[in-house]
Amino acid sequence: MTQAQTLFDKLWSLHRVADCGDGVDLIAIDRVCIHERTGAVALKGLEASGHGILDPARVFAVMDHIVSFRSGRGRDEARSPGGEVFITETRRLARKAGIHLIDTDDPRQGIVHVIAPELGIALPGLSLVCPDSHTCSLGALGTLAWGIGSSQTEHAMATGTLRVARPRQMRITVENSLPSGVSAKDLALHIIACFGVSGGQGCAIEYTGEAVSALSIEERLTLCNLSIEFSAFTALIAPDETTIDYLQGRQYAPDASMAAAAAANWRQLHSDQDARFDHEIRLDARDIRPMVSWGTSPGQSIPLGSAIPADADQQALDYMELRAGQSVDNLAIDGAFIGSCTNGRLSDLRAAAEILAGRQVAANVRAVCVPGSQAVRQAAEAEGLDQVFSDAGFEWGASGCAMCFYAGGETFPPGSRVISSTNRNFEGRQGPGVRTHLASPATVAASAVAGKITSPADPLFAA
Amino acid sequence: MEPFKTLTAIAAPLAIDNVDTDQIIPSREMKSVSRSGLADGLFAGWRYTRPADREPNPDFILNKPGFEAAQILVSGENFGCGSSREHAVWALAEYGIRAIVAKSFGDIFYTNCTRNGILPIVLPGAQVDSLLSAPPPVELTINLAAQTVTAPGFEASFDIKAFPKRLLQEGLDPIGLTKLNLPEITHFLQADRQARPWVYSTAPESD
Ligand code: SF4
Repeated sequence: MTQAQTLFDKLWSLHRVADCGDGVDLIAIDRVCIHERTGAVALKGLEASGHGILDPARVFAVMDHIVSFRSGRGRDEARSPGGEVFITETRRLARKAGIHLIDTDDPRQGIVHVIAPELGIALPGLSLVCPDSHTCSLGALGTLAWGIGSSQTEHAMATGTLRVARPRQMRITVENSLPSGVSAKDLALHIIACFGVSGGQGCAIEYTGEAVSALSIEERLTLCNLSIEFSAFTALIAPDETTIDYLQGRQYAPDASMAAAAAANWRQLHSDQDARFDHEIRLDARDIRPMVSWGTSPGQSIPLGSAIPADADQQALDYMELRAGQSVDNLAIDGAFIGSCTNGRLSDLRAAAEILAGRQVAANVRAVCVPGSQAVRQAAEAEGLDQVFSDAGFEWGASGCAMCFYAGGETFPPGSRVISSTNRNFEGRQGPGVRTHLASPATVAASAVAGKITSPADPLFAA
Repeated sequence: MEPFKTLTAIAAPLAIDNVDTDQIIPSREMKSVSRSGLADGLFAGWRYTRPADREPNPDFILNKPGFEAAQILVSGENFGCGSSREHAVWALAEYGIRAIVAKSFGDIFYTNCTRNGILPIVLPGAQVDSLLSAPPPVELTINLAAQTVTAPGFEASFDIKAFPKRLLQEGLDPIGLTKLNLPEITHFLQADRQARPWVYSTAPESD
């Protein structure tokens, strides 16, 4: 009898090329994705060292981080001063290297973690790396995907492999169903708040259980996206029929000649009944409520309607200009942002638009929506969502990372309080002195309308 | 990369948990497609009273008397969490930091350190706390071969995997090392193309 295996065990042994000793294996890398912010420097490093790229057909360069989010932006237009060079250098180096290039004006362009599923670059059972920490999002498809540094990116491109220490494994089982109005974002923030930002340190986490199976692929991507904020090595969700349906017909997904064989292979990718994990967490989905962060780390989050803990970290309170014991509900906001690889997909925009329809953003609030990809933007426009956002007073941007992180250039002013559908509320993350409160798109939309942090369940939004 | 043998240097205490890579090198400080020119932006949000005019913040540890020549940082939990940007490590290395002692590290940051000549050392919380509370400035001696950290009245040993240890000790190029495995890699790819042809059907012509 072979030993019961976890999903992660199966993916790991599928990619194990050699044992390097000391718990480290040489792991085959099926896909490398890079973006202009941290990828160009890796291409440049390879050029300088003279190491070629082993298989350029499996490397994808995407422009997302510092591209302008102005509607009608120019081809090289960056949102940060001097940022054009990252765009032009990436373009030049990618062409020279013969890798795939998804340029600023390509209709497929968008945030790398948003377009990798859209285009079928990420598939179940594949290993995928990218010099970006939120690469763990792609575990939502059953892809073994994790973020690395630029030196390791060079290594992966040059050798098609990485030396990786086998991580520990954790299973998070979420039983029962999420209450209505509670999203995957709330679930993720709930987990990080309960177990701390180091709670998943170094682990490959598999999410499972009734509430997880019920999530759409887009929601699964949101849940896995935040796993790096839980210090995980990466996250995984076993591929199922939802996954197989989602991938059908996507550009780099298996074509008709291979689809059946691929699907049969993917259906094997799940943890065996008796598989053992180093850590197990069980949660009841019914306990979860809409969440909002109060501090400068995603773990510093609380359910709406509750108070900041009495022992809250003082540096975080000072930065956020808050007091322990205070509630964050009804805090006046200056800005609202919907977008990013966490919550910039069509279902996120729909959830926000449902609240915004026929309503207005409060005076004094600057509200911005930036679809995660051009495909999302197009699909949203086809449904008239752009109109809903504009009528409500939201700016409607061109796709990319936009205001998720500050790279110089346009952002919210210092000291402003912003409710944001992103994943990081670090000091200065959205701009010097900007105070970020993380929440779901519905909560961001509700707060934008109310002008203060407000639950989408507030009577104000009763249909 | 400069090989790492032993290091005796001033250790600067940064008694905070979750120091993220956005704090180590703010994104606005990454101005060109390059691994250099980053030291000036190291900890820019904390090190300068106003990052724009580079006025040193006297309260920040690296600006305090006795810490100008610090080559070691001591910090709390989860040092280097957040963004994967290797620029954080390049900035630290360019500034002159050769080792970081912490209670734990962000995974990506840890690996990035070992690829750039910086030794990341995990010590138990109580030992780190005693270093953080010692009357400053402390001079630490780190011996990589023996895997020890010592100072007058202080002695600790740490774990490190064989591969990163070798990279640091010998200042090696990991790509060159892995290329020695090319026969196994080729063998793997041949078999895998048969087993999972859809992995390899992404020719750029289809763009
Ligand atoms: S949207 Fe934000 S978190 Fe996501 S990849 Fe872009 S900068 Fe990173």
